[in-house]
Amino acid sequence: MSIAFFPGCTLSTKAAGYDISGRAVAQALGMAFEELADWQCCGATFPLATDNTMALIAPTRLLVQAQKAGGHVTTLCAICFHVLRRTQHILEHQPEMLERINWFTEEPYQGGARVSHFLELLREEFTWGALSGRVTQPLKGLKVAPYYGCLLLRPQAEIGLDNPDEPAILHDCLAALGCEVVDFPYQTECCGSYLAVSKPDLPEKLAHDILTSARRNGANAVVTACPLCQFNLDYAQRKEIRHTLEDTLPVLYFTQVMAVALGLDQDVWGMDKHYVDPLFLFSDLR
Amino acid sequence: MRTRISVDSVRGEFVHQIETISGQSLLACNQCGKCSAGCPVAFSTDILPNQVIRLAQLGIDDVLDSQTIWSCAACLTCVSRCPKGIDLPRVMEAMRQLKMERDGNQIETTDLSPEMVAEVPQLALIGGFRKYMT
Repeated sequence: MSIAFFPGCTLSTKAAGYDISGRAVAQALGMAFEELADWQCCGATFPLATDNTMALIAPTRLLVQAQKAGGHVTTLCAICFHVLRRTQHILEHQPEMLERINWFTEEPYQGGARVSHFLELLREEFTWGALSGRVTQPLKGLKVAPYYGCLLLRPQAEIGLDNPDEPAILHDCLAALGCEVVDFPYQTECCGSYLAVSKPDLPEKLAHDILTSARRNGANAVVTACPLCQFNLDYAQRKEIRHTLEDTLPVLYFTQVMAVALGLDQDVWGMDKHYVDPLFLFSDLR
Repeated sequence: MRTRISVDSVRGEFVHQIETISGQSLLACNQCGKCSAGCPVAFSTDILPNQVIRLAQLGIDDVLDSQTIWSCAACLTCVSRCPKGIDLPRVMEAMRQLKMERDGNQIETTDLSPEMVAEVPQLALIGGFRKYMT
């Protein structure tokens, strides 16, 4: 079985480790990703003003591409997922908007495409039990703090992935891989998102609060499903400011943890570009 | 300093613009303060999120000079907790748009340090540009 996959701008560049590990684990589980043809950026933010037609054209064009690829597109980036699913929600519920947007797209969108996050496919189609059965390298002793951030969960009425206040999907994934899952109160707090560009002090402070909370609850690593969360948490611990920190915590993508647990080759772990090197976590593995 | 409020300003153009752009009814807010209690950036802002909406309700357009509207990254925590179903990030978006209509871009690409641009992910750049530039 192959699935149409939309990598988005950041997985092709800055978050290449998410991309390589994600594709490798999907392949290993028999759900190989087929990159969506002729894709472009989704827009990276969901338009919040009522006059949002322009900003919905790019994600709608991706839904057209998804339909041509069989009607189902999956993502790894939480922000791409958020933008595509909310766009899909508007197009399904506001026929007049669908009509207006179709004036601007090369080919009309007919409705009905399915947008999923890879975590959802694992939970609903592969199942945690089956994933657990595929683990060849149980990560017992690795204490991981699942960090969801914002856009994977909120707003629940449109995203519908999990309970926005008490999510479980990353917890369940990591537990299936044999990790020790650490609960911490900052798991759905904001990392500061694109304020990294305009007000960089703010994400840095938010990241330190999130990391401190994870560390105090016993975590050896934080695990996320969003390339911007990963960046903000990891970059807040970069070498230049590390002397001001009590301790550092590696920030991993869930697909990287999966790649290790499934016994995949280290070439596809994609852990060479982190600000805090996570490889020491796995140095005791056989 | 005295702040003058009047029926004219409460029913005035500014309130109308905010409500039209955001699609939200400002007077639905009863000032319970849950948005401010849960806001992850409230510690850094000059006024609290519930005060932003209060000023807007009264038609006081000085609210556009608040830094709060530029610290909101639309994490939607307030949306998930508002007992009146108000989408406050949409109100913040309306204010950012009105402010930029009056005063132009809030960041310029030339202000960004090359070191930072080399490090931040693409989606942060795109997101930042879309929120801070017209």
